[in-house]
Amino acid sequence: MMITRAVGLGVAVRRSALNPQAARALVFRNATPKRFIQIQSLSPSAEQQILNSQRLKRPSSPHFTIYQPQLTWIGSIANRVTGVGLSVLLYGYALAYLVAPGTFDSTHVIEFVAGLPDAVKYAGKAILAAPFAFHSWNGLRHLSWDMGKFLTLKGAYQSGYAVLGLTAATTVGLLMM
Amino acid sequence: MTAARVARPARAFASSALRAQAVPTEKPVLEKTFKIYRWNPDEPDKKPTLQSYTIDLNQCGPMVLDALIKIKNEVDPTLTFRRSCREGICGSCAMNINGQNTLACLCRIDRDTKESKIYPLPHMYVVKDLVPDLTLFYKQYKSIEPYLKNDNPPADREFLQSPEDRRKLDGMYECILCACCSTSCPSYWWNQDEYLGPATLMAAYRWMADSRDAYKAQRKEKLQNEMSLYRCHTIFNCARTCPKGLNPAAAIAKIKLELAAE
Repeated sequence: MMITRAVGLGVAVRRSALNPQAARALVFRNATPKRFIQIQSLSPSAEQQILNSQRLKRPSSPHFTIYQPQLTWIGSIANRVTGVGLSVLLYGYALAYLVAPGTFDSTHVIEFVAGLPDAVKYAGKAILAAPFAFHSWNGLRHLSWDMGKFLTLKGAYQSGYAVLGLTAATTVGLLMM
Repeated sequence: MTAARVARPARAFASSALRAQAVPTEKPVLEKTFKIYRWNPDEPDKKPTLQSYTIDLNQCGPMVLDALIKIKNEVDPTLTFRRSCREGICGSCAMNINGQNTLACLCRIDRDTKESKIYPLPHMYVVKDLVPDLTLFYKQYKSIEPYLKNDNPPADREFLQSPEDRRKLDGMYECILCACCSTSCPSYWWNQDEYLGPATLMAAYRWMADSRDAYKAQRKEKLQNEMSLYRCHTIFNCARTCPKGLNPAAAIAKIKLELAAE
């Protein structure tokens, strides 16, 4: 029953069970399948031409917009983004100091930060501390992978959640400093 | 003994009477909508769209492939997808179901009434609807020479292998090349022209780890460049998505360790 339904023959078989004429029709239909489509044969070069013209216009299937968000790849993207952000900050500050040492020396930076309201100070600290903490802990996770540790799916998830927990704790710790 | 002989005909009578009266129970209609990616090469200028199909789950098999076959048979015969074995060994029906790459034949339909989205494997050229172009994927697999290479076979018998050496291949030889892992890998999305991808790399390690293969050094040499292997950033999407429960990420990490230890 299941099988006939799956291949869509259910109705035809049921009808043939009641009506011998229909049964003959079913056998006949199975023996010589009716074609509703005209087919024409092409030379191999013509086939290749059709294939090539199709290949030129094929769309690329959607990827990160439809893929389920998972700790695995979201964590990896976060690692990349925080790494780029921290590097830009480091190189940007170093270059700025090189260009205008008078404005970007420690004294001026301390004076500038001291003049900010508390809310801005804490927000700024959080924005700096969270990526730093995440990138550092996740870096250790990558080093342990490179040594052959946590190389199971379970290990990857456990170490991932551990990194998230440690990041939260470290960020709070750095904020309190 | 006597009691049993008396009881048996009585029970047989009762059950046959019951069978005569039995009425097939009508299952309630349980509708579910599938939104399926459609693109037709005969109308290449039309953008790909999601088309909705609603079917009765109580008149359908339990797996997503059953639903696809039902839709193709009863609703829309133009819907195109690959399928063959319907039991997770051929790898034909690999597709992205509800955001995860898997085999449609091994993926149960969620019996809730939420709609289910089905896309082809991510970041691949689409031949039609749910059929991706796997030409490059197969070429990459071919490039790692996935066969035993040994110039000195034993003269009078087959290669022998210890049970321990054989066990090293477990978890790798089971790969069916469905391409779920490679097309779940962000590195493969961005660099598939040069990066080999998890499926091919695990196959490469399967032959590197084989005690009977004599070309380990050459196999390693081929991967010793920036792109083929090292685009892997241990993301683990491959192990997360593998419908056979294999772990390409671990195999790639082992290749990296062996290359680093040279």
